[in-house]
Amino acid sequence: MSEAAAPVAGVRKSRKELDRAVIRFAGDSGDGMQLTGEQFTTESAWAGNDIATLPNFPAEIRAPAGTLFGVSSFQLQFGSQRVYTPGDRLDCLVAMNPAALKVHLRDLKPGGLLIVNTAAFDKRNLDKAGYATNPLDDPALGERYRLHKVDMTGLTHKAIQDLDLNTKEKDRTKNFFALGLVSWIYTRPLEPTLDWIGKKFAKNPAFAEANTRVLKAGHAFGETAEIFSEHYTVEPAEMAPGLYRAMTGNRALAWGLLAAAERSKVPVVYGAYPITPASSILEELAMHKRFRVRTIQAEDEIAAVTAAIGASFGGAIGVTGSSGPGIALKGEGIGLAVTAELPLVIFNIQRAGPSTGMPTKTEQADLMQALYGRNSESPVVVLAPATPGDCFYVAYEAVRIAAKYMVPVIVLSDGFLANGSEPWLIPDVSTLPPIDIQYRTDPEGFFAYLRDPATLARPWVRPGTAGLEHRIGGIEKQDVTGNISYDPDNHDHMVRTRAEKVRRVAQEIPPTSINGAATGDLLVVGWGGTYGAITAAVERAQAEGKSVASIHLRHLNPLPPDLGHILREYRKVLVPEINSGQLVRVLRAEYLVDAVGFNRVRGLPLASEEIFEGINQLLGERA
Amino acid sequence: MSATDAGAAATPKYTKKDFESDQDVRWCPGCGDYAILSAVQKTMPDLGIPRENIVFISGIGCSSRFPYYMNTYGFHTIHGRAPAIATGLRLARPELKVFVVTGDGDGLSIGGNHMLHILRRNVNVTILLFNNRIYGLTKGQYSPTSELGKVTKSTPMGSADRPVNPLAFALGCGATFVGRTIDRDVRHMEEMLRRAAQHRGAAFLEILQNCNVYNDLTWNVIYEKESKLAHELRLQQGKPLLFGPPDDRRAVIMDGVMPKVVPAKDVAESALWVHDEHNVNAAKLLADLWVPDFPVPTGVFSAIDGPVYEDMLLAQEQRAISERGPGDIAKLLTSGDTWKISSEGS
Repeated sequence: MSEAAAPVAGVRKSRKELDRAVIRFAGDSGDGMQLTGEQFTTESAWAGNDIATLPNFPAEIRAPAGTLFGVSSFQLQFGSQRVYTPGDRLDCLVAMNPAALKVHLRDLKPGGLLIVNTAAFDKRNLDKAGYATNPLDDPALGERYRLHKVDMTGLTHKAIQDLDLNTKEKDRTKNFFALGLVSWIYTRPLEPTLDWIGKKFAKNPAFAEANTRVLKAGHAFGETAEIFSEHYTVEPAEMAPGLYRAMTGNRALAWGLLAAAERSKVPVVYGAYPITPASSILEELAMHKRFRVRTIQAEDEIAAVTAAIGASFGGAIGVTGSSGPGIALKGEGIGLAVTAELPLVIFNIQRAGPSTGMPTKTEQADLMQALYGRNSESPVVVLAPATPGDCFYVAYEAVRIAAKYMVPVIVLSDGFLANGSEPWLIPDVSTLPPIDIQYRTDPEGFFAYLRDPATLARPWVRPGTAGLEHRIGGIEKQDVTGNISYDPDNHDHMVRTRAEKVRRVAQEIPPTSINGAATGDLLVVGWGGTYGAITAAVERAQAEGKSVASIHLRHLNPLPPDLGHILREYRKVLVPEINSGQLVRVLRAEYLVDAVGFNRVRGLPLASEEIFEGINQLLGERA
Repeated sequence: MSATDAGAAATPKYTKKDFESDQDVRWCPGCGDYAILSAVQKTMPDLGIPRENIVFISGIGCSSRFPYYMNTYGFHTIHGRAPAIATGLRLARPELKVFVVTGDGDGLSIGGNHMLHILRRNVNVTILLFNNRIYGLTKGQYSPTSELGKVTKSTPMGSADRPVNPLAFALGCGATFVGRTIDRDVRHMEEMLRRAAQHRGAAFLEILQNCNVYNDLTWNVIYEKESKLAHELRLQQGKPLLFGPPDDRRAVIMDGVMPKVVPAKDVAESALWVHDEHNVNAAKLLADLWVPDFPVPTGVFSAIDGPVYEDMLLAQEQRAISERGPGDIAKLLTSGDTWKISSEGS
């Protein structure tokens, strides 16, 4: 954080200009931290900053109040330059109770701003957080951090004491005191939050009044209280001009499907069984029936994928979504779509495993599952979005490829992308590539497995087409005719043909964009949600004059045709992943390059700091 | 006829032959499936549905080879999942007539969950469950409908699991049509196939079928002529529950809350139990009747109207479109909170 002092005329307190700041709101899962963070994000978007967010909440819906595992937090980084990640170390931590302090304090930079709600630091809460004594009484805390002890609960009650609300209802607005205060500290506009309050509580004027007053009270507290000697501005970022909105990964996946349904003029049938962190895709799609997107909340994961396959057999675009454990159950169904050669899109919102693992925590350890997690030779196309907004394009592209090649496409998102949001430049949908679906209707010379010479796709026939009645299934088929065949040579031929069909999807992949010089000492290769952290780390290394570049793979099967060539242009290759080394194995096997993994599997996004260290370490090792 | 039905004004006049595919039928010689296939092909022309609008979906097992032999659209899928595939297909293409062909293992063991849900949702699908009380394709293990103590290759000392009653299961799931027929009674089978196919909603037809290789004559109680006459209770709408040979007619009546078999001559006509397909509670009692204490009922146990899953979902879609217009992605993308960044970077 660079702190170029830039006092602004007319402001009583000194105001410093920052390039960027990382803030985390942390409190009990009932304290409304997610909402507070989302509102602060909207305010920062209005202020023109680039932003990346990281919501982090317990799996329990209502975890016991005050406990360590019941802590919920929302982190964001905003800046006047490109922001790639939610940030590693915190510039500011807001802790609404002792448990939040205990869980999150270690991430606060020395000298960072620490704001605590003193009212929550009572014996009961201290006990629950495992504090023998009140940490706020320890002078060391104030020496290490810029500690601000604020009785947020008391000040909240004072601001709305005359309103006809009960104590619990008044208590619940204290998150807006924190929001108002931090908004003042970072010079955020309150308008978006005031607008939100107006809309949200349109039918409940007392709540609207209370939240408005508490928000403003927090803001005024910053302005008037003697304890805050300075506050900050973060200038608008230089971003591509255009209309922006905040976008989360799961919403972007859903909207990408809506766009695909609209452009292809073919209904989408989305089968899903609720599972964290994929459920919000089902919920989002269910709200948009006007787009002819039909959702089935299936009885289980298997029914979800097979219902999608049934829809594809009928000429619709079958899509299913889940997380790793659910994808495991869908394996046999995906294999059916492979051999029946039907379009199918599978979203996997990866989470920490194995088994149930840590459902609300992110991971990218399902790459091998996507590539190989089915019986026999069962190749599918695998794509991975790099950012929340990129999920829109990847979902759309998945449908386009699935329909063009008559093939299943797995999209590997993750919990971080799913819930994280970024300012997203709204695209002109007319610039999206067309999805031109042609069903076969001509009975002349028809065979169920007669292939398109360019794509090897078999014809897609909608039942209901006279003269093209035919049968397909999971048993091996003779090529061209589609008749059942146990012929050894035919099976070998079909295995190769299904693989070749997937390989030909490579012709859809644009040239790989290299962040940095085309040759050099080190290439960092990433995929999926680590894009931001890798890019930030690589740009930092580049700024220090190091010979480092990065590429980010959105196509994981097939791999980009130019990848082998690119890998050979660097002396070393580093592959950071939130798994124990999956893409790195693929690259080593595929290209015989001595790629090195950088692996942390903690259920958290990779920090750009640690990747930066990994880069330096590998550069330091002279071969 | 509703918009989500498969009929058309000008359906060609078909014969049985029009529904025979060019594939060699590969069931064991003497298998009950041959009779079922023939009966299905024969009843297809009666449905008045263009051939191209008919789809047969199956899972895995001997019965699931069925779609290959029908000259319609067909999809031979994976074990147990045919009901889920059919549900997705119906939602995508409500104008199609969809059949699910399954067996006691495919439909009630590995696919039992999907069977439950297609029935409770009342998806407009005709389900033909061939029940032979054995696993045929995997060569002779016991099935979920095998009788307790069944000695098979996988249960050399007898099976220790109690069988499921397919019709009681279907009724418990809320099926709106439940019937039973027999592969060796072709005329009755054809009649039941027509009834099931014409039902709107999930129709569940159990076909007692003979596996002459692994479980021959498992249904002999209603195969063997004299036994059939003595034990089959043919359910007919509005007719009393009477069965048995002319010299030994018996009646099933209600004794308090329990069904009971008595000599027909001992029952006043007004006290007879008259079959009513619309009475689901009665159907649930009938589903549990079996030899030796009771007859084996065949026919339509229950046929009621119920709201159809895909009708309701598609009506929601139509309502959403009529109230707010068709979806417009460009409008959606710019809806809600947005902000503009001009070229100067503010």
